[in-house]
Amino acid sequence: MSTLAKRSIKTEAKLQGIRLAVSMLDLTTLEGADTPGKVRQLAAKAVCPSPTRPEIPSCAAVCVYPALVGVARDAVAGSGVHVASVATAFPSGQSSLEVRLQDTREAVAAGADEIDMVISRQAYLAGDDARVIEEIVQVKEACGDAHLKVILETAELPSYDHVRHASMLAMEAGADFIKTSTGKAKVGATPGVVLVMLEALRDYTQRTGRVVGMKPAGGVSTSKQALHMLVLVKETLGDEWLTPDRFRIGASSVLNDLLMQYEKTQTGRYGRAEDFSKE
Amino acid sequence: MAVAPERTRLTWDYSPAPESADHVRLRDAYGVFVGGEFADPRSGKSAPTVNPATEAKIAKVAIAGEEDVAHAVKVAREAQRKWAALPALERGKYLFRIARLMQERARELAIVETMDGGKPIRESRDIDIPLAAAHFFHYAGWADKIGYGIAGREHRPHGVVAQIVPWNFPLLMAAWKLAPALACGNAAILKPADTTPLTALLLAEICQEAELPPGVVSILPGNGATGAALVRAEGIDKVAFTGSTAVGKDIQAALAGRDVGLTLELGGKSANIVFEDASIDQAVEGIVQGIFFNQGHVCCAGSRLLVQESVAEQVEAKLWERMQKLRLGDPLDKNTDVGAVNSGEQLTRIETLVAAGEDEGATRRTIACDIPERGHWFAPTLFTEVSPVHRIAVEEIFGPVVSMLTFRTQAEAIEKANNSKYGLAAGIWTDKGGKAFEVAAQLKAGVVWQNTYNHFDPTAAFGGYKESGFGREGGAAGLRPYVRVS
Amino acid sequence: MSPRLAVRKTYKLYVGGAFARSESGRHDPVLDHEGSHVANITRASRKDVRDAVKKARGAQPGWAAKTAYNRGQVLYRAAEALEQRSAEFAQQAVDLRGAKPAAARDEVAAAVDVLVHYAGWTDKLHAVLGGVNPVAAPFLSFSSPEATGVVGVVAPEEPELLGLVGAIAPAMAAGNAVVAICSERWPLAGLDLGEVLAVSDVPGGVVNLLAGRREELAPALGAHRDLNAIVDASGDAELGERLDVLAAETVKRVVRIPAGSDAVDDSLRRLEALTELKTAWHPIGA
Repeated sequence: MSTLAKRSIKTEAKLQGIRLAVSMLDLTTLEGADTPGKVRQLAAKAVCPSPTRPEIPSCAAVCVYPALVGVARDAVAGSGVHVASVATAFPSGQSSLEVRLQDTREAVAAGADEIDMVISRQAYLAGDDARVIEEIVQVKEACGDAHLKVILETAELPSYDHVRHASMLAMEAGADFIKTSTGKAKVGATPGVVLVMLEALRDYTQRTGRVVGMKPAGGVSTSKQALHMLVLVKETLGDEWLTPDRFRIGASSVLNDLLMQYEKTQTGRYGRAEDFSKE
Repeated sequence: MAVAPERTRLTWDYSPAPESADHVRLRDAYGVFVGGEFADPRSGKSAPTVNPATEAKIAKVAIAGEEDVAHAVKVAREAQRKWAALPALERGKYLFRIARLMQERARELAIVETMDGGKPIRESRDIDIPLAAAHFFHYAGWADKIGYGIAGREHRPHGVVAQIVPWNFPLLMAAWKLAPALACGNAAILKPADTTPLTALLLAEICQEAELPPGVVSILPGNGATGAALVRAEGIDKVAFTGSTAVGKDIQAALAGRDVGLTLELGGKSANIVFEDASIDQAVEGIVQGIFFNQGHVCCAGSRLLVQESVAEQVEAKLWERMQKLRLGDPLDKNTDVGAVNSGEQLTRIETLVAAGEDEGATRRTIACDIPERGHWFAPTLFTEVSPVHRIAVEEIFGPVVSMLTFRTQAEAIEKANNSKYGLAAGIWTDKGGKAFEVAAQLKAGVVWQNTYNHFDPTAAFGGYKESGFGREGGAAGLRPYVRVS
Repeated sequence: MSPRLAVRKTYKLYVGGAFARSESGRHDPVLDHEGSHVANITRASRKDVRDAVKKARGAQPGWAAKTAYNRGQVLYRAAEALEQRSAEFAQQAVDLRGAKPAAARDEVAAAVDVLVHYAGWTDKLHAVLGGVNPVAAPFLSFSSPEATGVVGVVAPEEPELLGLVGAIAPAMAAGNAVVAICSERWPLAGLDLGEVLAVSDVPGGVVNLLAGRREELAPALGAHRDLNAIVDASGDAELGERLDVLAAETVKRVVRIPAGSDAVDDSLRRLEALTELKTAWHPIGA
């Protein structure tokens, strides 16, 4: 594991890696204080992260709370950027199943292309695998055509063995993506957790033939960390997995660091925060 | 920018990431280091040392002869008296200085180690050099505490110790030898391997910079004949050797009838045992680490992979897939996993045994990779359908080649693991702690790694059973070979 | 041309890695051996003791979690830093206490050597104090020494530098955090030691140095319930007995360092007293 952390990504590979990472971002805002104005500004950045560097692609998606899905959808219309919505009483999931399903249906109705749900840690930590699976199955049904990402909240799972087990449950229940974290817990996507999930995913995909994607979220705030994620994917699953259809990164502040590192690689100058817009 | 570009599949290759070598300054020629000075060898002989990745000559290095050996022993005897008479803490302070200087010159040492020996810069930089400095730091602290490590008995240094080290971890092995020897009040004469003398010679410069009293450390570069002369010299009190079992036996015989202490660290054919209840992905990483680290040029390499039959297919598939991600190439590239084979001779030995493996009926798979035009290279290779009788299951290959055998029960695994004239190391992969300790207790191996492999630390004793040698290096156990206890 | 006016030093406490005045705002004059005023020090209070113990407790787990190798390197670096300033420390002892120059130099050199000696102990304690226990049942049983936690130190009046270093180095080497009360009569060397530690990668809070009235500070330290051990190098029998009584309230470990005891010869006793030996068992087999 530590060898993968020491890969040295330079020059051309770095530029390409940064563009790739940007194309995989689910640019996220999940605050109580989010308003339509805030979401529109974020969406503009997701659609065109760097007006001066047109070769840098759009992000994969914007990720917002259900109440703001409509605003997001209008803001990204025609750009190819997806709208992802958290749902199921995110982030704790501590509401009745009925409320969580309704939460999902409303987000889908408002136009979400993707739903990021949370598994019931309450059920999981009590050992009730059957209930965990059943709930995911029902949420998947409520998604209709929308893609379902299942958040494990790995910070709350006691061990790597549990991360692997929960990943398997989610995939067996029909998840389109497995995701590490809500971004609201103390710890997000650590390299160890990501590696365990990628390995579980690899085993599942090889066994069943069904492709499931993976999304680390929370704790990826620097380019170095983002590129390290790409290294993990490349060396565990291969280059074919380096696409937003199979891998996303849930983050917000990392985008500016990616842009800054891109500039640095092009111009040789170490950068400053003011050169990049803050939404 | 209105529409996102079409998302196409692509490949993402790592760009070259070479470690820059421009601050390294080597001399064109190195003599012998005796009495605190470099001098031309009395033998009049020298030979170039070569970069095995490029076959380019790096520097001319002396080949010490019998006269050089005799002179070094005489100088060492004289220096040792004064060295042993110093207050113990003062001896320790010299070793602390050396440790600090090694840390300061870490990058230079790492680059030279890679250029001279062929191992990836990532390993020299992250493992060899830091551990070498740590050994000096650890033994510096023992110098005035030997009584605590040897339970309050009377003890005194041997006197002059002759030390011969191999080419697979040149500076690290020099540190494993010199640090405890000096801490215990001995003077040391070190002969580095003929293909990798440079970092030992830089260490000599470090000894000068540390103002180590002249004669306490001598470095005699040379070849097999130099080593043979050294162990037969009059006036040495102890020999420490790390290298091949064949030469180790020669040395043991050569010391017959003489009151000369001896420790040997020889070859191995260590078993890496994967039980069905192991974390398989983790075990595969461990297998790779066990045999492909340092191109398999490791005495304790996990070269015999014993896998429980119920998971053999799964392990084989995952191992083969993982092997193909290994990057072979320029050792100075920071992304290289597998560097160059140390010499043409070693490459021939590997190729011979691999050919034997194919002849005996094992199934060979070698990863596909670009082999550079110049230099000595061998691509990571996996043998399956291996039987215990096969040469590739018995003899040490000392290359990036792993032989995989199966077992059915725990007792069988232990029996197979122990069924070797060697006994250096072993690996155990299982998620059950009780089982791990039970198996460990029955393995005839000096180092047992559980759910990991190839970890080293100055505080953890290292050494083998049976024909893998005797004596230990590291920790308090590493002091005992360097004193006489009464 | 008038003589150049010197910029005088302000002596501060070293607590939590920072140099600060006492919360009490009080001060004490420092007089040399002839009674002349040399400097003022900020006079620590019971509240400063309380704050220092809190900082020490916060810093201790991180210090104990560092590798033994790392702790050794930090102590060695402190030796480097003290060596570099040895002439200054020696001169200070001459000026302040009236020490003979050669003796003053020897004291500082000995203090440096004490740091080097303990730097070399950090990764050897387990070999000497711990080990595997050959129990008469199929278990792997091993014992290893861990740091006791937060250690209070009452330094001797003299030798003010060597005595302080010989009391705090063992505590640090074993992974403890320290709150030390410097010599009352000759406090400047102890406070300057804070500067030496601060440049040596000693994490803030691992060592805290207080100066002031021993009569006020030592009992406050000894009575603090969140201390695991107290090292009494005061040489004062009456104070020692009071500290023993206070220690009994929470079963603190007490280490007495008599006057003239050599920090190097006495090292294992000092180290062991500031560790806790943990024995663990794990089945071999089923």
